[in-house]
Amino acid sequence: MSGLIDIFIRALLIENLALAFFLGMCTFLAVSKQVKTTLGLGAAVIVVETISVPLNNLIYTHLLKEGALAWAGLGHLDFTFLGLISYIGVIAAMVQILEMFLSRYMPALYTSLGIFLPLLTVNCAILGASLFMVQRDYDFTESVAYGFGVGVGWALAIVALAGLREKMRYSDVPEGLEGLGITFVTVGLMSLAFMGISGIEL
Amino acid sequence: MSVKETLIDPLVNRNPVTLQVLGICSALAITSALDTALIMGASLTAVLVFSNTMISLIRRLIPNSLRIIIQVTIIASGVIVVDQVLRAYAPDAARTLSVFVGLIVTNCIVLGRAEAFAVKNTVLMSLLDGIGNGLGYTAVLVVVAAIRELFGAGTLLGYEVLPLAANGGWYVPNQLMLLPPSAFFIIGFLIWGIRTWKKGQVETKEFEEVRVRPAAPDPATLVAAGRAAS
Repeated sequence: MSGLIDIFIRALLIENLALAFFLGMCTFLAVSKQVKTTLGLGAAVIVVETISVPLNNLIYTHLLKEGALAWAGLGHLDFTFLGLISYIGVIAAMVQILEMFLSRYMPALYTSLGIFLPLLTVNCAILGASLFMVQRDYDFTESVAYGFGVGVGWALAIVALAGLREKMRYSDVPEGLEGLGITFVTVGLMSLAFMGISGIEL
Repeated sequence: MSVKETLIDPLVNRNPVTLQVLGICSALAITSALDTALIMGASLTAVLVFSNTMISLIRRLIPNSLRIIIQVTIIASGVIVVDQVLRAYAPDAARTLSVFVGLIVTNCIVLGRAEAFAVKNTVLMSLLDGIGNGLGYTAVLVVVAAIRELFGAGTLLGYEVLPLAANGGWYVPNQLMLLPPSAFFIIGFLIWGIRTWKKGQVETKEFEEVRVRPAAPDPATLVAAGRAAS
């Protein structure tokens, strides 16, 4: 159990996908103007990460890994090179199913997420989490903890950035640095602050 | 649009990274050394040229409702080929880039150019657009990586440019440049520079700025107040 908590905290703070690995930056910079919208987006990311990482873990261990097809008498095959195309397919299908499920059973949440749900397919934080999961050889329960941790970490980072940007509207930023430029500098400072946590040994 | 515009414009005027905010993730993560940045730029350009050409070739055959998934499949196939080539011929670079080669699949430049350009232009123009945008992305990567490697390690492409204090020289490397946050600052200031040079790229403000100063008092009321006081 302590191993799982370790993976969760590591994914949440120390190896935060947005601020330490720069994943999902396009959305991170483009949709972080208001705290309210980022809360919805953060929730969607948590849900998709928590489902897609364990699902890809199952596909990797039972279909793609070398010797994984031994149950079908095809133990000599190694399909790891098909990883990318399967993970992106799983993520796209998962997002589609989640969209249909939410619109049928939780219409309120569905309307508040709006366009962000389909856009999650091309968010590199989602695919990145699956690729890291494969690279680090997590088992099924570990991948659940990891998926949930990176989702919460990403949501935390984008909500914090939106809070800062809401305040920054009242600041006198030099012309030319306004908008995108100052956002980059702000994220840089946030990333520096998060590096302070990186010394923690778990 | 002319051939020249398609090829040259994405370098500065319509740069995919600094103006359109596409493909930021990899631009930040793999720019701590110049050689990895060059390999990443070349990989992305290869994928972009391949996907733009392929999508443009079959653009009349793709049904509109299925277009995203077809485009993503084409892109993913291109990325798998690049990934396998890197692993076979440049294993060290492939290890440094780790998951970031795979993440070209979700790099918004590739899907963005497919959606915005390749689906409605001829094959040749799409090919040139792919080369142009790939070079624009590589240019930003090279600038950021050169600054980070030069000041962070005193080297360029592994050759010592600034003599290091550890080897009897005078330069003490600034370790902050090798850490992730420095990439944000460098790109932020790069955008500042480009936007000061090309005024047209500055974003329009969402609100009007009004400065409130206390109104200057009317001389007549001052005189009246003076009289009343005396």
